[in-house]
Amino acid sequence: MSENLLNEFTIFVLAIFIGFEVISKVPTILHTPLMSGTNAIHGIILVGAILIAATARDPLQIVLGLVAVILATINVVGGFVVTDRMLEMFKGRQTPTQKEKTPAPPQKEKTPG
Amino acid sequence: MTVAVALAYLVAAVLFILGLIQLSSPKSARRGNQIAAVGMVIALLATIPLLHFTVAGMAITIIGLLIGVPIGAIGARRVKMTAIPQMVALFNGVGGGAAAVVAVSELLLQGSHPPFAVAFPSVFSIVIGSVSFAGSMVAFAKLQALLTGTPITYPGQQIVNGALALAIVALAVYLIAVASTPIIFVPLLILGLVLGVAFVLPIGGADMPVVISMLNAFTGLAVAASGFVLGNFALIVAGTLVGASGTLLTKLMSDAMGRSLANVLFGAFGTVTAGPAGVAGVEGRSVRSGSPEDIATLLAYSRKVIIVPGYGLAVAQGQHAVRELADELEKRGVEVEYAIHPVAGRMPGHMNVLLAEANVPYEQLKEMDQINDEFKSADVALVVGANDVVNPAARSSPGSPIYGMPILNADEAKNIVFMKRSMRPGFAGIDNELLYDPKTVMLFGDAKDSLMKLVAAVKAA
Repeated sequence: MSENLLNEFTIFVLAIFIGFEVISKVPTILHTPLMSGTNAIHGIILVGAILIAATARDPLQIVLGLVAVILATINVVGGFVVTDRMLEMFKGRQTPTQKEKTPAPPQKEKTPG
Repeated sequence: MTVAVALAYLVAAVLFILGLIQLSSPKSARRGNQIAAVGMVIALLATIPLLHFTVAGMAITIIGLLIGVPIGAIGARRVKMTAIPQMVALFNGVGGGAAAVVAVSELLLQGSHPPFAVAFPSVFSIVIGSVSFAGSMVAFAKLQALLTGTPITYPGQQIVNGALALAIVALAVYLIAVASTPIIFVPLLILGLVLGVAFVLPIGGADMPVVISMLNAFTGLAVAASGFVLGNFALIVAGTLVGASGTLLTKLMSDAMGRSLANVLFGAFGTVTAGPAGVAGVEGRSVRSGSPEDIATLLAYSRKVIIVPGYGLAVAQGQHAVRELADELEKRGVEVEYAIHPVAGRMPGHMNVLLAEANVPYEQLKEMDQINDEFKSADVALVVGANDVVNPAARSSPGSPIYGMPILNADEAKNIVFMKRSMRPGFAGIDNELLYDPKTVMLFGDAKDSLMKLVAAVKAA
């Protein structure tokens, strides 16, 4: 096992534990937004899609690269926007005891991409 | 990878983790999503120094972004609140598809004998990515009612699925151990797609949120595998985080339905015949149905009304009408609360989102544990388009498919009003004893129409 691969594997194992740890206690109402939020995060595949698209030369590579970039972009942009839309619904309607700036108008979110 | 890129990826990874932590709490959830989005932008920008564009490569990257951004943004903006689960399925599926395509593309570059450290994750990413893509599309079709929501089964299904899985393993082993050529990995991709379809078809529409959550975790793992293929840390960290948290979330979701994951995934095999046991006793019994005026009078002179919303309310887009009814009742001094079952609707939190859209005060929405003891003191339980979540068979009839699922104790209220379109059973396909209860009055029709009639009748009462 090369040193690089060993590093990657270390990161992989540690990330598994963090992934389990961070969401161990989630109220039911947040299950769907959380699913949708993690769905947006795996849109990171756009990085991989652009990496393979960038060096495309022959027609097959061009087609595969283009398909990968389009699919990954839809994942990342759609994922974040739809999650924000869900969570927008909860905002400002919660009990006013929270010190969140309650009257703030729903700000338009940025779409990454 | 330069030091600067590696550090930027580290920042992105930290932001993803912070985002996930904040997404787990209602107060900070929205900020958490935004923090994760910032992490994504950083990861994308940090990748630029790694790119050595060919002319064609530059062109397809830009064209791909120009096509993908509007589709994602407009799709996510335009989708109706009721259709959000299938939208999430769609976004998840395309991510899985992208991961598989990235792995195929890299295998093409690697020649016929890629090192194990490339071949193994590539195969993993191709298979899991394509299963996730095809499975998500079937989930989408079921939720969008393009396919029937009832489980699709046929004799020998498990054998066919098993054979598919075996063929995939055989191809994968050949690719890794003998030779990697398109003749091997293209069929691998296709079999992955077929398995994705075959795997989700026998799962009922009501279980789709759990399936989507699991496929979401699959896509995360496929992305992590693509990260190993490309030697890219950002993909490995983010993909693995999603894979792990998604797996746990899937378990939490099936727990909330009072079922095991295995039961959700493979429950359609063999158990479908268990249903009639609960139905037999109620055949031919009559139900009592009331006019909107009768029911309005009942409601208007109650002290306390608990509204139990379900998917029928979402379908009828009756959220504003139900709030209007609640407002009218409150004007007359009736105490109104909403009982939210964790799996009411088609996704957890569906009802909260729907009612929040109609400006129902957050404090009136009570979770099951908070409100279940209050039904005893309620004069009316008003069940709007819900069925399975108040079905006492979940408590009393061990043969029933929903046996053991925690339910709302609507049957303990002094009166029960059911607003339903017909006597058809709910999504789980089982009859509901409560409909025949002497305390129950039915109000047939579209939930929104019925609610409007009730509002008018309460005003007149």
